[in-house]
Amino acid sequence: MAIIERPAPTVPAIVTPTTTYGSLKRPVSATGWRSWVFTVDHKKLGIMYGATAMFFFIIGGVEALLIRLQLAAPNGKVLNADLYNQMFTMHATTMVFLFVMPMAAGFANYFVPLQIGARDVAFPRLNAFGFWALLFGGIFLNLAWFLGGAADGGWFMYAPNSGPVFSPSNGVDFWALGLQIAGIASLTGAINLIITVLNMRAPGMSLMKMPIFTWMITVVQFLLLFAIPVITVALFLLSFQRNFGARFFDVAAGADPLLWQHLFWIFGHPEVYVLILPSFGIVSEVLPVFSRKPLFGYPFVVFSGAAIGFVGWGVWAHHMFASGLGPVSVAVFSLTTMAIAVPTGVKIINWTLTMWGGKLWFTTAMKFAIGLIVLFTVGGLSGVTHAVAPSDTQQTDTYYIVAHFHYVLFGGAVLGIFSGFYYWWPKVFGKMLNEKLGSWNFWLMVIGLNLTFGPMHILGLQGQPRRMYQWTEARAGEGFFNLAFWNLIASIGSFVLAVGILMFLINVLITARNPQKAPLDPWNARSLEWMTTNPPKEHNFDVVPTVHHLDDFFHQKYEEDPVTHTMKQVRTAEEIMAEQERNADKHIHMPSPSYWPIVLAFGLPVITFGLIYSHLISVIGGVIVLFAAYGWALESSTAPDSDFETNTPGTGLDKVASNHD
Amino acid sequence: MTDTAQGHASSTGISNVKLGMWAFLGSECLLFGGLISTYMLYRGRVTGGPRPSQIFDIPFTSVSSFVLLMSSLTMVLAVSAAHKDDDRKTNLWLTVTALLGATFVGGQVYEFTAFYKEGLGFSTSLFGSSFYTLTGFHGVHVTVGIIMLMSLVGILKRSSVPGKKAEVVEMIGLYWHFVDIVWIIIFTLVYLIPV
Ligand code: HEM
Ligand SMILES: [Cu+2]
Repeated sequence: MAIIERPAPTVPAIVTPTTTYGSLKRPVSATGWRSWVFTVDHKKLGIMYGATAMFFFIIGGVEALLIRLQLAAPNGKVLNADLYNQMFTMHATTMVFLFVMPMAAGFANYFVPLQIGARDVAFPRLNAFGFWALLFGGIFLNLAWFLGGAADGGWFMYAPNSGPVFSPSNGVDFWALGLQIAGIASLTGAINLIITVLNMRAPGMSLMKMPIFTWMITVVQFLLLFAIPVITVALFLLSFQRNFGARFFDVAAGADPLLWQHLFWIFGHPEVYVLILPSFGIVSEVLPVFSRKPLFGYPFVVFSGAAIGFVGWGVWAHHMFASGLGPVSVAVFSLTTMAIAVPTGVKIINWTLTMWGGKLWFTTAMKFAIGLIVLFTVGGLSGVTHAVAPSDTQQTDTYYIVAHFHYVLFGGAVLGIFSGFYYWWPKVFGKMLNEKLGSWNFWLMVIGLNLTFGPMHILGLQGQPRRMYQWTEARAGEGFFNLAFWNLIASIGSFVLAVGILMFLINVLITARNPQKAPLDPWNARSLEWMTTNPPKEHNFDVVPTVHHLDDFFHQKYEEDPVTHTMKQVRTAEEIMAEQERNADKHIHMPSPSYWPIVLAFGLPVITFGLIYSHLISVIGGVIVLFAAYGWALESSTAPDSDFETNTPGTGLDKVASNHD
Repeated sequence: MTDTAQGHASSTGISNVKLGMWAFLGSECLLFGGLISTYMLYRGRVTGGPRPSQIFDIPFTSVSSFVLLMSSLTMVLAVSAAHKDDDRKTNLWLTVTALLGATFVGGQVYEFTAFYKEGLGFSTSLFGSSFYTLTGFHGVHVTVGIIMLMSLVGILKRSSVPGKKAEVVEMIGLYWHFVDIVWIIIFTLVYLIPV
């Protein structure tokens, strides 16, 4: 498993519970598929989140390619109008709720406990539940493809357009209920991570000594905590309207068609920060490490992140400038939107100054991080043009908007995620991703991205509407503004982009086969997650670290030379590890695996399936949920001392260690 | 909690479960916030069926609201008994709390039936849809609370509650008080303020 294979003098005894809790015998097996399905280990769950998100990324990507195939030439015949509507709706839903959010949740799960020096999250079983709910919710959402057609109202699903009159298939029902399940997953995840960060930091780690990634994740969890319930309400209203005859969006009964828009965007704008802030956190870790300098203005980055978290609640109506809000509302929301550009700009300046004068090391992770700074800024600038309401009125519902949000989402969120892949891969899997393929991966993605989304600015300003399933030669225009030319370029670009992503998948396969292990501290990193083995042991740290500095791991390796005032290396990562192993805690109880999270999560789609087809099925789902809830309540998360076998020290750890191979 | 996966004692000094419940209730505020806003937007929109003032029976609902308020008091007694490790009293007060809660839900069922007979269905008007949704959501919250209270009584009897007993009682107490406070807001906005 690990790189440092020296005889460890004393090893912590991890012992296994033997007694039964709740109504089923507790799973104690730690091998094979059970070790994944019943696990409550935050690291395994992090990997499972990541794999699930990657799977949905591919689905969402194939949907995007179909869209671009359809639009490559005039009068496209690949998809019919109805299928096209489903395609862009599910493309966006998948990318937002089933790729970026779960991927961020995966990173958060894996690294937040490690970065704060904890051995697991506050509620390990709730953590497992969140993952399974997300997976089942995502599958449920996509079931609609096979049961009469997927949702087709666009990703913000404006009511009354999404009512049964205009969207008669069950697609919207699957969409609303599936997102409800995914929402439960996000909410439990948010509570879990917030409490973990508030309560389980290693001794000495004050809030202002927390790694910046953990900070950004914390802000995101607060956004989720308060945003998820708002969309929950909206989704309930929609489901009640469609399935139980409520009148909420029935204009004939006097309903206000803006109700849905307000509810959706009060959730929706904080949601865009939920998508981007984790990636901001990732690059804020990557840039200092590969610039060999501390992050410039750490407190500014923290506070601007928090500021975004607050102001993000006061801008939602900029999505509704064209809906007739009235001049006062439009003016106010226009101003708040411009204001929120300020903390975002602060971050970009901080990153640039972090690199300024640093000894830059252009690894793939670093390239993706720099790619984010550049491309997100492009997207941010077009964003500022929407903040000006009169200009937005021209741009809204055109490809200019599509260009804007792909620059921020792809150029921002997704590039940040890829930066994280290359940076943390050795930590998670103990092997380095191939840098040469990584370079191909990066350049193909960046070129593809600009080819795909760059031309959309031109298309949009020429007036090509978004969500149109065909365009015709008659409206193609001439010269530089020729629609046919730029549409073709965008479609070619999307395939270049796809090849770039394929490079990543190939890289993963090659790396998995490569027997060479990663060094203990390959990047000369700064934060606590690197102060343990690759991959970390089940209990993360042999000794819970005591923190004295921001970037504590760096300060354990380096000390300031009193004469030259430069940082001098005083210890190596290997020496720090060896010392930890010498002082290892003797007795560590890790939370035990459990059946209940997956059973409880499975009950949810059964209930929602029944709401669409037959209430009898819902009752069965309800029974599953109750049964699991009781089993859960009756078993304790970590079995008490008396229930542990006293193993001879060593045997327990050997078992754990073999897990990671 | 020391020396386990939880590492060391909590950084804030408040236990994980209690802090977790606080976070959850913070989220719940926005859930009810959304539902209440929807109701306030729609309460005057009656294209058919009765208007609010025609069907509300303020004295009846005041009594059932009072019953729910009293259940917060008995919940406090249960928590303090749990802190004193007095199992018998804890069980007693938890049961009384659950019974008071059940009385409130019973009152709500009665009220819904009466309104329905007077012509206010779920689909009758925007007022109907939003009224039943808001009060129904609250009723479901009370019901979930009752289930938790009764389960707690059952578990305490077999004295196999995982974690510290008082901690769990207190956590459910937080939830219960929250649901009560939400009702005070709903009662004021829905019943007392005329449209
Ligand atoms: C694989 C590369 C991608 C390509 C080629 C692509 C392409 C497109 C196109 C052409 C549209 C417009 C469809 C229309 O309006 O008719 C679209 C919509 C959208 N895409 Fe992407 N996209 C990609 C990746 C992503 C990612 C990573 C995200 C989010 C994280 C995303 C989020 C969205 C959203 C939110 C919409 C709006 C859908 C709607 O109008 O309801 N896309 N995409
Ligand atoms: Cu926005």
